[in-house]
Amino acid sequence: MNTFSDSAATALGLIVGADPMLLSIVMRSLGVSATACLLACGVGLLLGAWLGVARFAGRGAVLTLLNTALAIPSVVVGLIVYLLLSRSGPLGFLGWLFSFKAMVLAQAILVLPVVTALTRQAVEDAEQAHGEQLRSLGAGPVLRSLLLAWDERYALLTVLIASFGRAISEVGAVMIVGGNIEGFTRVMTTAIALETSKGDLPLALALGMVLMGVVLVLNALVGAVRRWRIGRDDRPPLLPGAMA
Amino acid sequence: MSSLIQLKGVDLRFGAVTALRGVELGIATGERLALIGSNGCGKSTLLRVLHGLLAPSRGSVTHGRPTRQAMVFQRPFVLRTNAINNVALGLWIRGISWKNAKVQALCALARVGLADVAMRNARALSSGQQQRLALARAWSLRPDMLLLDEPTSSLDPHAKREVEALMAEFAQDGMTLVFASHNLGQVKRLATRVVYLEHGRVLADLPVQEFFNRSVLREISSEADLFVKGESA
Repeated sequence: MNTFSDSAATALGLIVGADPMLLSIVMRSLGVSATACLLACGVGLLLGAWLGVARFAGRGAVLTLLNTALAIPSVVVGLIVYLLLSRSGPLGFLGWLFSFKAMVLAQAILVLPVVTALTRQAVEDAEQAHGEQLRSLGAGPVLRSLLLAWDERYALLTVLIASFGRAISEVGAVMIVGGNIEGFTRVMTTAIALETSKGDLPLALALGMVLMGVVLVLNALVGAVRRWRIGRDDRPPLLPGAMA
Repeated sequence: MSSLIQLKGVDLRFGAVTALRGVELGIATGERLALIGSNGCGKSTLLRVLHGLLAPSRGSVTHGRPTRQAMVFQRPFVLRTNAINNVALGLWIRGISWKNAKVQALCALARVGLADVAMRNARALSSGQQQRLALARAWSLRPDMLLLDEPTSSLDPHAKREVEALMAEFAQDGMTLVFASHNLGQVKRLATRVVYLEHGRVLADLPVQEFFNRSVLREISSEADLFVKGESA
């Protein structure tokens, strides 16, 4: 037996035995990322849909900024949120630094450009293909953006799942604004980094396996949504009574 | 017959491309006007100008009186929802309550023979059914003028006949029809007047009987005569 196999065996034992520390870290991670995604999606879906349809002076500059924001490293987001929430920062009065809320805020800011940009692209493509027909019915830009976003809901579901994957797998932002405090702000990625540096490889590996499992489930969900969408909308019109 | 809409000296440019050049066109109530010409001649663009989806670069579009318009596109867009919701949406946008819109939508679907598929996902309908759904959506708005952009070009002969029959019924009800078509047989069956376009210009504008009278057409426009000869071959 070598270090890896020993660690892997112990890690599996932790997972199968539902180790309380492991479970608390996993649940906290899922809670932070799910809340962050809900917040980011609430804003990002609406903003992205509107950007997909609206035409205004400076739109090109806004889209360039948005696309640039896609590439912001998570540690930079962490640093910005840290500065905002630190005692001398503009949001210091909230007292959120090194808390669950701070991690949610950081991940929401990290994921917001992803949701907005991908939604904008999906809705803009739909607007180019079908917007004219909705205009013909009398729909203005806001209504068109909402209708097209709703019509592209399966594509946007994929965006939501992808954004959750981005949130749960990042480490830099939550490390900076959460502080990796045991039992309070320690999440899967920060715990993996810490336990590896301490040499506690089984816990790190167990968390890594769970993280990979979460990502695997997300990918499977994306695939299932795609197959369901194809089956639902692109089935041939040969159903009973469907032919003219 | 009163004039519904009048185009005077309409030009339309997309960057360096001029899609319409000096179009003069008046459409009267109850007319069935066919727009014909080769691909890219400006038929669809002209329909969009008439519908207000495109604004002319030059010239004017004036309405004789307030008119309600609806347009049916070559490939109708149906939302990922059932057929009745697709029709009700247009009515709801015009300010009718959703409940009443659905009642009227069902009536419109029945009008085009689609009442039995009202609750079916519109994306799962056949092309012919989707086109009839688009006609129901347009008809439900009770338009004075219905614009149709090659409404049967992607349909099989059976679906084509059904859509043509509905167009004829709408016209009989007094609706003004303006449609673009490549199908000269369809133009003969449905139109009372034909406008021939080439490179964005109106080269012939004649009652249907005169348009298909080769000697008359040859005098008006040799290009239109060649087009009809080519399409009829």
